[in-house]
Amino acid sequence: MKILAYLETLDGALKKTAFETITAALTLAKQSGGSVVGLVIGSADTTQAGVYGLADCLVAKHALLEKQSTSAFAETIAQAAKAENADVVILPASSTGKEIAPRLAVKLEAGLAPDTVALDASGGNLVATRPVFAGKARLNVKITTAKKVATIRPNVFTAKKADAAATVTNRDFAPTLADNHVKATVTSVSRNTGKLDVAEADIIVSGGRGLKGPENFHLVESLAGTLGAAVGASRAVVDAGWRPHGEQVGQTGKTVSPTLYIAAGISGAIQHLAGMSSSKVIVAINKDKDAPIFQIADYGIVGDAFEVLPKLTEKVKSVVHR
Amino acid sequence: MNILVGLSQVPDTTTKIVIGADNKAIDAKGVKYIMNPYDEFALEEALRLKEKNGGTVTAVTVGGDTAKEVLRTALALQVDKAIFIKADSADSFVIASNLAAVAQESKPDVILFGRQSIDYDSFQVAPMVAELLDMPSVTMTSKLEISGTSLTAERDIEGGKETVSASLPAVISAQKGLNEPRYPKLPDIMKAKSKPIEERAASATSARTEIVSMELPAAKGKGKIFSDSDGDISELVKLLHEEAKVI
Ligand SMILES: Cc1cc2nc3c(=O)[nH]c(=O)nc-3n(C[C@H](O)[C@H](O)[C@H](O)COP(=O)(O)OP(=O)(O)OC[C@H]3O[C@@H](n4cnc5c(N)ncnc54)[C@H](O)[C@@H]3O)c2cc1C
Ligand SMILES: Nc1ncnc2c1ncn2[C@@H]1O[C@H](COP(=O)(O)O)[C@@H](O)[C@H]1O
Repeated sequence: MKILAYLETLDGALKKTAFETITAALTLAKQSGGSVVGLVIGSADTTQAGVYGLADCLVAKHALLEKQSTSAFAETIAQAAKAENADVVILPASSTGKEIAPRLAVKLEAGLAPDTVALDASGGNLVATRPVFAGKARLNVKITTAKKVATIRPNVFTAKKADAAATVTNRDFAPTLADNHVKATVTSVSRNTGKLDVAEADIIVSGGRGLKGPENFHLVESLAGTLGAAVGASRAVVDAGWRPHGEQVGQTGKTVSPTLYIAAGISGAIQHLAGMSSSKVIVAINKDKDAPIFQIADYGIVGDAFEVLPKLTEKVKSVVHR
Repeated sequence: MNILVGLSQVPDTTTKIVIGADNKAIDAKGVKYIMNPYDEFALEEALRLKEKNGGTVTAVTVGGDTAKEVLRTALALQVDKAIFIKADSADSFVIASNLAAVAQESKPDVILFGRQSIDYDSFQVAPMVAELLDMPSVTMTSKLEISGTSLTAERDIEGGKETVSASLPAVISAQKGLNEPRYPKLPDIMKAKSKPIEERAASATSARTEIVSMELPAAKGKGKIFSDSDGDISELVKLLHEEAKVI
C-alpha cells in the first residue's frame, strides 16, 4: 500500500502528531509492503521527520492555503493523494484533522475510519480499531473501498525514532485551487498562553469535586508544575465554575491519552472515563476505596487529596530533579 | 430562514454495554434510547434562529423504526416539519448521503448537527454533508452569530479557541456551551403524538465501511492500591519512576 501521511505543523515546525502519523503510516507500509510519503501544507522545517524514518515529503504551497480553510486543505490532500496514487491517507484526529478527513473521504470516494487506536493492514485490508460508546466497547471496522482514510487518536501511536535517521527529500507540490475551495476561514486564534493544554500533554493531573473548592486547586497545580503536566478537571468542577471549560476531560470535554493521568478527587463517572480511559498509566487518589475510578486505575492511593497531593508533590520532586 | 437539523438516536449514556450475539453490535435488550445529547444543542439553536429570523425548522432522522421517537421530541418542541428516513446503517457515508439528499430538496440556509453521535463517536456527518453539498462547515461550535448571509463562529481547538467566518448556506455542528437547551412541556408532548412525520425511502448509497466485530475493552489487571502513608506514597513514586517509567 502507498500511504500518504498528513503532517500537521504549528508556527513552521512539525507538531508531535506529525511524528505519530509517520509512525502509524510506516507501520502500515511495513505490514503491507508499501511506502510512505509525507505531506506538509505551507512552509515548515521537515528535518525532524527524518528522525522518525520519513524520507519523502511533499510540501504544498498556494496563496489560498494561507487562509487556513479546512476545505482547501482537504482539496490539497485529495490532489496529492491522487498525484501520488496513494491507497491510504492517515491524518491525526485533531480538531482540524477531524474536519478535514470527512471531506477528504468524500472527495476520494473513500471509506473513513475516525479516531482509531490501532490499524492493521496485514491481511491486505485495512482494519481499524476504535473506541465506541464512550470507551465502553471497541469496534473493529474494515474499510471496503479502494481508497481509504483513517484518523489516529493523538498520543496513542507513540512516535518511534528510526534506527538510522533518514534524510528528508522535500518535493514542492502545487495544488490547483480556486476561491471556491476556501469555504470557512479562520479569522483569529486565541491560545491559552503559557498553559499546557490537556489535549497535547504527556502528563495530566486532574482534579474533581473532591477538591472542595477552586481555592484548593493550587494543590493540583503544584503537582502538575513539578511534573511538567497539564491541569485537567471533571465536568462537575467546570460546571461549578471552579475551572475553565478548556480543562474538562470526558465525553463533553476533551479526549486525552497521556502517558500518565493522575485523577484526584474524581469519582470516575463513565462520562469522565470516556475521555481518559485510553491513557497509558492511570493513578487515582480518592478517599473512597470503592470509587469507580479505582477500577481502571493502574495505581491508586486511598486517602485525602489534601494530604496526599502535597506529599506526592514533594516525593516526585526528589525523583524528577535528580 | 430555512433551517434543517439532523437528530440521531443513541443509547442513554448510562447504558451498560452488552455485546450482541453477532458480535457486531450491542444487545439492544433493555437499552433506553435518547436523543443524542449534542443534538439538543443543535435543535435549540435551530429554534432560536427561527425565533429571531422567522422561517421554518425541519428535523430529519435516519435510522430504524424506534429512532422516530427523537422526531416526536422535536415536534413537541415545535419544529415545523419532521422527516424520517428508514435506513438502519452504522455507516456515516450512508447517513450523510441521505441527509444531503433532504437538504438538496429543501435548500436550507443553515444545517445544524451535533458535534458527534455518542454511540459510534464518529464525528463525520457534518463535514461529509457539507462536502456533498459544496458548503462551508464549522464543527464543535460553541458560539454562533449570523448576520445577513454571513456567520461568525467560535470553535474549540487544542490549547484555545479559533474564530471562523463563512457565508450561508453553511453546516454547523454544535458543542456544549452553544446554548442551554429547552425541554418539551407535557401538553406539547401529548400533542406531538398526533403530528405527522413524513417518511421517505433511503437512497441507494452503499456503505464504505463494514463492522468486523465489536468487543468489550480488555479488562485492566487489578491496579496496585496504596494507603496515604509516607512509605506507601514513596513506594508509588518509585514504581511510577522505575516500573511504569512515566516520570
Ligand atoms: C451527557 C453527560 C455528559 C457528561 N460529560 C462529562 C465529561 O465530559 N466529563 C466529566 O468529568 N463528567 C461528565 N459528566 C458528569 C459525570 O457524570 C459526573 O457527574 C462527573 O464526572 C463527576 O465529577 P467528579 O468526579 O469531580 O465529582 P463526584 O462524582 O462528586 O466525585 C467526587 C469524588 O471525590 C472524592 N472525594 C471527596 N473528598 C475527597 C478528598 N478530600 N480527597 C480525595 N477524594 C475525595 C469522592 O469520594 C468522590 O469519589 C457528564 C454527564 C452527562 C449526563
Ligand atoms: N442517523 C442520523 N440521523 C440524523 N442525523 C444524524 C444521524 N447520525 C448523525 N447525525 C447528525 O450528525 C451529528 C454527528 O454525528 P456523527 O458523525 O455520527 O458522530 C450528530 O450529532 C447528528 O446531528
